[in-house]
Amino acid sequence: MVGGKVKVGMITTLSTGAAYLGEGIRDAFILAFELDGRYELDLIVEDDGRDPAFAQQLADRMLTRDEVDVMTGIVFSNVAGAVVPQVVNAGTIYISPNAAPSPFAGAQCHENYFVASWQNDNQSEAMGVYVASQGYDSVIALAPNYQAGHDLVAGFKRFFGEVDEEIYTELGATDYAQAIAQIREANPEAVYFFYPGGMGIAFVQQYIASGLEIPIFGPMSSFDEVIVDAIGDVSLGLFNSSFWAPDMDNEANRVFVEAYREKYGTTPTAYAAQGYDAALLLISALDANGGSASDIAGMREALKAADFESVRGKFRFNTNNHPIQDWYLLEVIRDPVHGDLTNTIVATILEDHEDAYASDCPLTG
Amino acid sequence: MNLFIEQTLNGLQLGFTLLMVSAGLTLIFGIMNIINLAHGSLFMVGAFVAADVGGRTGNYLLALLAGIAGAAVAGLIVELGLIRRLYHRDHLYQVLATFALVLIANQAVQMIWGLTPRSVSAPAFLDRTVPVLPGLPYPAYRLAIIATGIAVIVFLHLLVERTRVGMWIRAGRTHRELVGAFGVNVRLLYTLVFAVGAGLAGLAGVVAAPFLSVESGIGDHFLILSFVVIVVGGIGSLKGALYGSLMLGLADTWARTYLPDLFGRFVDPSAAATAGASVASASIYLVMVVVLVVKPNGLFGLPDE
Repeated sequence: MVGGKVKVGMITTLSTGAAYLGEGIRDAFILAFELDGRYELDLIVEDDGRDPAFAQQLADRMLTRDEVDVMTGIVFSNVAGAVVPQVVNAGTIYISPNAAPSPFAGAQCHENYFVASWQNDNQSEAMGVYVASQGYDSVIALAPNYQAGHDLVAGFKRFFGEVDEEIYTELGATDYAQAIAQIREANPEAVYFFYPGGMGIAFVQQYIASGLEIPIFGPMSSFDEVIVDAIGDVSLGLFNSSFWAPDMDNEANRVFVEAYREKYGTTPTAYAAQGYDAALLLISALDANGGSASDIAGMREALKAADFESVRGKFRFNTNNHPIQDWYLLEVIRDPVHGDLTNTIVATILEDHEDAYASDCPLTG
Repeated sequence: MNLFIEQTLNGLQLGFTLLMVSAGLTLIFGIMNIINLAHGSLFMVGAFVAADVGGRTGNYLLALLAGIAGAAVAGLIVELGLIRRLYHRDHLYQVLATFALVLIANQAVQMIWGLTPRSVSAPAFLDRTVPVLPGLPYPAYRLAIIATGIAVIVFLHLLVERTRVGMWIRAGRTHRELVGAFGVNVRLLYTLVFAVGAGLAGLAGVVAAPFLSVESGIGDHFLILSFVVIVVGGIGSLKGALYGSLMLGLADTWARTYLPDLFGRFVDPSAAATAGASVASASIYLVMVVVLVVKPNGLFGLPDE
């Protein structure tokens, strides 16, 4: 029986239309420690407001004043791009529960940086395979104009092939009429879009109101449970890709989904699953180090081993500390038990899938 | 051609939404000499109250009225409780105090309505498209926003140019002390102007809500654009707010549409899409710079005293 105390600094997004992304990560992270019950979690949570400069100040405070053992929490890749180097270069371990921008998967990978979610591009790669397999030739891709937007469009193109047009909108934009008019003009066979959080709700609502009937596809982050619930029944039958779904059939996931529903009253999103897995990963490393995070070399080794029961089933780290995992096709359905809109796995698209940048990373093992 | 017309309609719709926010802002700034950063929060209050009432009753008209009333009442409370104490203070105090209000309001709506974005349903009769041209369906709701914007500017024009209250407002813009000397209750006038401005911001929040996701901080974006509008149009001028809103709405939409294409002639499409989007988001500020170089007080601003 191992036990102890761990001090975690969590910088996440708890305001703007993406507030519920950070909320899910935070709540599930806490839940994992509660269910485990052996560790005293000293969690310092701060809202970054999606602002990289502000997040750097928060990180500075957590590293120097609070002297946290481990950091985690960042939702947005532009924030991660600013904060992660600061954390890992200070000799502190960072476990990403979401954002994983491409530069940190390749040449700028770091021994203190671990990703419990996916590499950004991965989210779209499975959908690139699927949309191509459905016989669509001409596709327009839309995304917010920031690192993750570029990564997700690159990931889609890597497996689909060239797209007709790429449209980048402002991060956090609320009105998509201008982009929708461009889609109408170009009249492609399909539309691929990456709009997480409130952006997704706004885009899809406006797309439907515009009367366009071109089919739309996206990664999980464009179709999470909050977004499909806000859009309503028109989202039924739409397809997206993810590493996980709430009804995934394994013991760890059943425990997680049931406990999350019990405590927070809603179906967990994939973000919550990622936050939960990030906590399980951390707990597994603490277990291997006698309950203390003080030996950073020992922590690194134990994290890399990824010896925990992930809610997504299979999980192991590549040389660049990003996961190798399966990717699935998800369909929006009405939950037969709880009555809310949710996602279910309908097929496996990519097995033991790794990211495109691992070979550029000098780390080994 | 259809693309140009659709984008122009989009630009007008954005412009008229901005007008509803900036008309109140310019009156408050121009007449009361108050910089109110919390004007965007009143937009947010309108949207959230409408989402709440709309969600409970399913009645858009009720949601609309509640949203306007909610924002106007919030405005009254702010004016009576805070702004009133700041009339004779430096602008810095006003900025600090109203910025604090922004933070408090953003946090308060999260505490009341949670972190999950909400949505408002458009009224059923507007929840469809109408053919503007053959092959160009356009959402009826967005046309209704344009119509609402026109109604607002007509209403404000009549209020300011044709009524006694409007006469005081116009006089207050240039001869503040004299208005008081003539026995006009300036305090009451200011409170009224503030409430009308707040109600208009709330109206903008409600009409924009059905196609936005209603979230904490939703008004901040519109606040920044509205400050650009009133600087371009000339502080205190309704006519300036109208021209400024439409100019910026159209400039923003056209730049986002055509700049990536233009850049695509010189660099590869993917890089052009990124660069075009980045430059387009700065387009309204370029318009502002050009206007201020030519007319330092804005299009219809009063000359410096």
